[in-house]
Amino acid sequence: MLAYAVKRIGLGLLILVLVMVAMYAAVFLVPGDPATVALGPRATPELKRLLIERMGLDQPVWWQIVEFFRNALTGNLGYDVWSNRPVSTLVLEALPNTLVLGLTALAVALLIGVPLGCLSVMRRGTAADAAIGVLSVGVIAVPSFVVAIYSLLLFAVTLRWLPAIGAGEAGDFLSQARALVMPAAAIALGWIGYIARMVRASMMEVMGEPHIRTARSFGLPEWKIVSKYALRIAIIPTISLVAVGLGSILSSAVFVEAVFARPGIGKLITDAVSTRNYPVVMGTVLVMTAIYVSITIAADLLIARLDPRVRDVFRG
Amino acid sequence: MSGTLAASGLSVRYETPHGSVHALRHVDIEAHPGEVIGIVGESGCGKSTLVTALANLLPANARIDGAIRYNGVDLAKLDAHRQRLLRGDEIALVGQDPMTAFNPVLTIGDQLVDFQHHRKDLSRTLKRARIAAMLARVGIADAERRMRSYPHELSGGMRQRVAIAAALLTDPGLLIADEPTTALDVTMEAQIIHLLRELRREYNGIVIVVSHHLGVIAELCDRVYVMYAGEVVEGGEVDAIFHDPRHPYTQALLACDPARFHDRLDRLPTIPGSLPSLIQPPPGCVYAPRCGKAFAPCKTIAPPLVKLTACHAARCYVATP
Repeated sequence: MLAYAVKRIGLGLLILVLVMVAMYAAVFLVPGDPATVALGPRATPELKRLLIERMGLDQPVWWQIVEFFRNALTGNLGYDVWSNRPVSTLVLEALPNTLVLGLTALAVALLIGVPLGCLSVMRRGTAADAAIGVLSVGVIAVPSFVVAIYSLLLFAVTLRWLPAIGAGEAGDFLSQARALVMPAAAIALGWIGYIARMVRASMMEVMGEPHIRTARSFGLPEWKIVSKYALRIAIIPTISLVAVGLGSILSSAVFVEAVFARPGIGKLITDAVSTRNYPVVMGTVLVMTAIYVSITIAADLLIARLDPRVRDVFRG
Repeated sequence: MSGTLAASGLSVRYETPHGSVHALRHVDIEAHPGEVIGIVGESGCGKSTLVTALANLLPANARIDGAIRYNGVDLAKLDAHRQRLLRGDEIALVGQDPMTAFNPVLTIGDQLVDFQHHRKDLSRTLKRARIAAMLARVGIADAERRMRSYPHELSGGMRQRVAIAAALLTDPGLLIADEPTTALDVTMEAQIIHLLRELRREYNGIVIVVSHHLGVIAELCDRVYVMYAGEVVEGGEVDAIFHDPRHPYTQALLACDPARFHDRLDRLPTIPGSLPSLIQPPPGCVYAPRCGKAFAPCKTIAPPLVKLTACHAARCYVATP
């Protein structure tokens, strides 16, 4: 298990390096001079040179990458070109908002999706199963920006139940929670459908296995068979799905943050990209990739924890 | 607690998109406490449907007619909840394939504790102690450690011992072993048969052993029912069935048992023809199309069950007391 964890973490670090190399290659290949874009057509050559130096763009690309990682190892992700504030501070300021949003959405999706999937299996073939099926496909089909905009119109503009923009007053939990409802719901809704379908499909397969018949032949109640004997196996593909899906949850956080004008990583990246603020882009991408990679590793380790057969494969 | 089991006029059909499959037709069997009953027949003869019906585990598309009286209660008429309360308490099942019979992500001990869920009077510690004792009883060394093992860490023979232990832990009045040795190799098979023979001396409920292996049945059982195409064609004491078979199918089945030949044969004997369709069973005797002794009425009118001795009966016109 330990050797497996070490191997996965090493692989994760390699992915980080490759992503950053790709990012630098992209910056290098983008046509146009970032300094001109940033400063506008009337900037003096002097100013431009100064900015290029400050962004480190006069160095060879490989050297920029090496420098970036050397600094990153000491916790220095570079400086915002405009405000000169450390990128690490900017990211740390924005990160909690995005993480709270993404994790709340995920938790809601799991807490509703998994029981719905189980219910579908326990009532298979009935109207309840069919209704859950139609609803699931329905919410998967609706894009989250549509949910975001319509819920904004309904709950913020017409009914005035929830705040339309922002992340709530700092330090006021209730206000923050109220501001979280719509953005989280916009992201979670489709995932409820995905998870319910996924759990139902893998659960149906598991319920046909002989060990479930054994559990039935000992008269165990159906809810216990579903929740203890089947779910522990059926949840495994869902964990993989959710771990991979977290990337897409974080990326939908980007525009959900834009719709609700919520401060967060998404807003930080969109603003930085539009002003060619490369140090901020690079630093943010590094942090997001690191988060994504760690979640994937955590999911794999969790699967190994849940399934003793997987555990033994890695032990041996 | 143990009582008499009697199925009478038991029929099971499965509703499928291709029509009704008559898997079991007018089956009568009887078993008394302390008896070991064998059910033998080739694949598809309805053995598994019969025991699945006895254990109330038929799938949703199955329709059941007739009665299964156990201890004076008709199991077929009980609602799903009452049936569930009997399973794992009065009725226990040892499945066919020990390799897949246990949940792969829970430990043996965990599952065996759960399987005693009807025993509300026992604490978890007591249940674990019972498991350890029972595992030792069925010949598993180092029972404490095995309880912490996952199923895949045990061999097939060991898993079947665990399955038997699980069934015995519930102290059932009716123990059904559905092909208990089919998935095992010959050495393991001998050991499991030996174990079952030993256990039957201490156990006073009903045991039903299903097998297509005549040797297993002969070694273990007091009485045997021979099944063919969803019907019980002959039933009687083990000696009578093996030494004085009266139904042409039983005779043919015994004649085909490879264990009976001491010399190497170029061709093993077989019964010519194949099983009749269970969607449209033949109107007369189910075995008539393949029977060498069939005559006119066999193909049109189903023969009655002919009582040959006190407990030997065959469903055949040719059989006479």
